Amino acid sequence: MDVKDIIKPENLVYEKPGMLTANTMHYCPGCSHGVVHKLIAEIIEDLGIQEKTIGVAPVGCSVFAYNYIDIDWQEAAHGRAPALATGISRTNPDKIVFTYQGDGDLASIGTAEIMHACNRGENFAVIFINNGIYGMTGGQMAPTTLLGQVTATTPYGRDAERNGYPLKITELIAQLPGTSYVTRQSVHTPAAIRRCKKAITKAFEAAMDKKGTSFVEVVSTCNMNWKMTPVQANQWMEENMFPFYPPGDIKDGSKADPASFKQN
Amino acid sequence: MGELKLMKGNEVIAEAAIRCGCDGYFGYPITPQSEVMETLMAREPWNETGMVVLQAESEVASINMVYGAAATGKKVMTSSSSPGISLMAEGISYIAGAELPCVIVNVQRGGPGLGTIQPSQADYFQSVKGGGHGDYHLIVLAPASVQEMNDFVDLGFQLAFKYRNPSMILADGAIGQMMEKVQLSDFKPRMTAEEIDAKYGSWATNGKKPNRERNIATSLEMDSAKMEANNKRFQEKYAKMQAEDVLYETIRCDDAEYILVAFGVSSRICQKAVDIAREKGMKVGLLRPITLFPFPKQIIGEMAKRVKGFMTVEMNAGQMIEDVQLSVGCAGCAVPVKYFGRMGGIIPTPSEVVQALEQKLIGG
Ligand SMILES: Cc1ncc(C[n+]2csc(CCOP(=O)(O)OP(=O)(O)O)c2C)c(N)n1
Repeated sequence: MDVKDIIKPENLVYEKPGMLTANTMHYCPGCSHGVVHKLIAEIIEDLGIQEKTIGVAPVGCSVFAYNYIDIDWQEAAHGRAPALATGISRTNPDKIVFTYQGDGDLASIGTAEIMHACNRGENFAVIFINNGIYGMTGGQMAPTTLLGQVTATTPYGRDAERNGYPLKITELIAQLPGTSYVTRQSVHTPAAIRRCKKAITKAFEAAMDKKGTSFVEVVSTCNMNWKMTPVQANQWMEENMFPFYPPGDIKDGSKADPASFKQN
Repeated sequence: MGELKLMKGNEVIAEAAIRCGCDGYFGYPITPQSEVMETLMAREPWNETGMVVLQAESEVASINMVYGAAATGKKVMTSSSSPGISLMAEGISYIAGAELPCVIVNVQRGGPGLGTIQPSQADYFQSVKGGGHGDYHLIVLAPASVQEMNDFVDLGFQLAFKYRNPSMILADGAIGQMMEKVQLSDFKPRMTAEEIDAKYGSWATNGKKPNRERNIATSLEMDSAKMEANNKRFQEKYAKMQAEDVLYETIRCDDAEYILVAFGVSSRICQKAVDIAREKGMKVGLLRPITLFPFPKQIIGEMAKRVKGFMTVEMNAGQMIEDVQLSVGCAGCAVPVKYFGRMGGIIPTPSEVVQALEQKLIGG
């Protein structure tokens, strides 16, 4: 059989999602951002919501997310994506809105915005990429950096006395009555990618159904700034990050019913 | 025309917003302007026009909520007072950089720092020169009456959409808190989704339609040549504002030898000062800039050729005086430009102004 006989549309088992643009991604090989982008593009296509979806990009490595997924986008200032998303979804309740944020963006400079948006139960989805480091600015400590982890600003390892403790923001978010579905995922194996796709789909559906704020943390690798190969980074993540940031659903439901809301 | 009413300046901002078809207000309480959001919440416009009103967790959040909604082609606004506007500076710069329309109301109080809750005009520089980072300007409207608090909400939106640039209504604690007679505006309907698509489809991020490319609201551009081109486009916009949208008022300037220049509540004091000075035989007139950016440079330049001097009256340490000096200098004139003002929340009296005129300009 000739190659030409094989390369036919009917034999296609995998293709680039239609919602991904032709732009070449700027992400480093081994980075998790590209995988998560692809999942979001697939989900928007699967749900048929391109015309209704508005993404809010952060400041961080994924600042150019808007170059890759073929939907309307807004670019937020560092940490402010949840405020933009609030403005969009409040004035456009028929639209599906999501933010895409790194750990510096969401858990450091933008802590107030994410907490209050989730506490108000704004009807949008949050995709939170936790790679334990500031990727874009060259590998400084993030709020989620593990104790002992070496970064550009913790060259001898993160020290609790000097630098405080790693922040489990997702567990905090799950405590807020405005959130619906809160989960922690990863994309380091095909099985994990499939689970993550299910989780992001569910988060989008929760936002569409106005259940409150849905929140998907993706524990991610930044092999470049971790100074590892992609394979080493996946291994390091499993051995060091998963014990502290264990994958799995943390909350699955709807924002609190005011009638049953307990004030104590 | 709507009803004639006796209302507070801040309440009128709220009423005018509802009537001009505003889609949303996002704010955070601060004296002396909290009545804006209080009035909106009491009016419940979401039942009447569908307008959204939301109390944000901070001014940082409220200006970014404005960004998000404005970028979908909606007519949205916020209000605050000086310390809150400082917190918004980052967001305002992003809104200007992403070329989005909105209205921001600053009911100024005295600073720096927490300062005082009394009226002030000390945010002139911050408002007209930028305030946040980067080369940008706001369209700045300075109301001098409760009536103008009403009129400038609609005007602010019109100019904001004309230029896709944020407009600021630069009021002060006195204009915000005082009650005056006001002719309210008629109700204008909010724009429909179809109207927004038709008018703003080239930039509004309200969901990618099959008949257009995706829209992206951003101020980011990594290519320096493109970023310079963006900056040049912004500068052209500011030049167009200067050519087409300068607003000012002149009072008894025709035969005047000396011109007082004052905006907002200071101009109200100066009207009285002009009357007192005229009674004393001094030929004094008043120029009131209504747009502080674009600044009425040209009329000042023309006046500079025939008058003996100018005196600005400002509730700050002398900020607008720099723009008056520039306008006089650019016209190739060398008449004196003096300043008189009070700070810290004190409003000057008309007789203080006349005394300063005599000492600094006319007698000297
Ligand atoms: C107000 C402000 N402060 C600081 C920065 C610089 N900055 C850009 S990205 C970034 C951190 C990004 O880290 P993270 O959110 O974890 O995303 P990642 O790049 O790792 O994906 C910082 C500090 C900025 N752009 N704006």
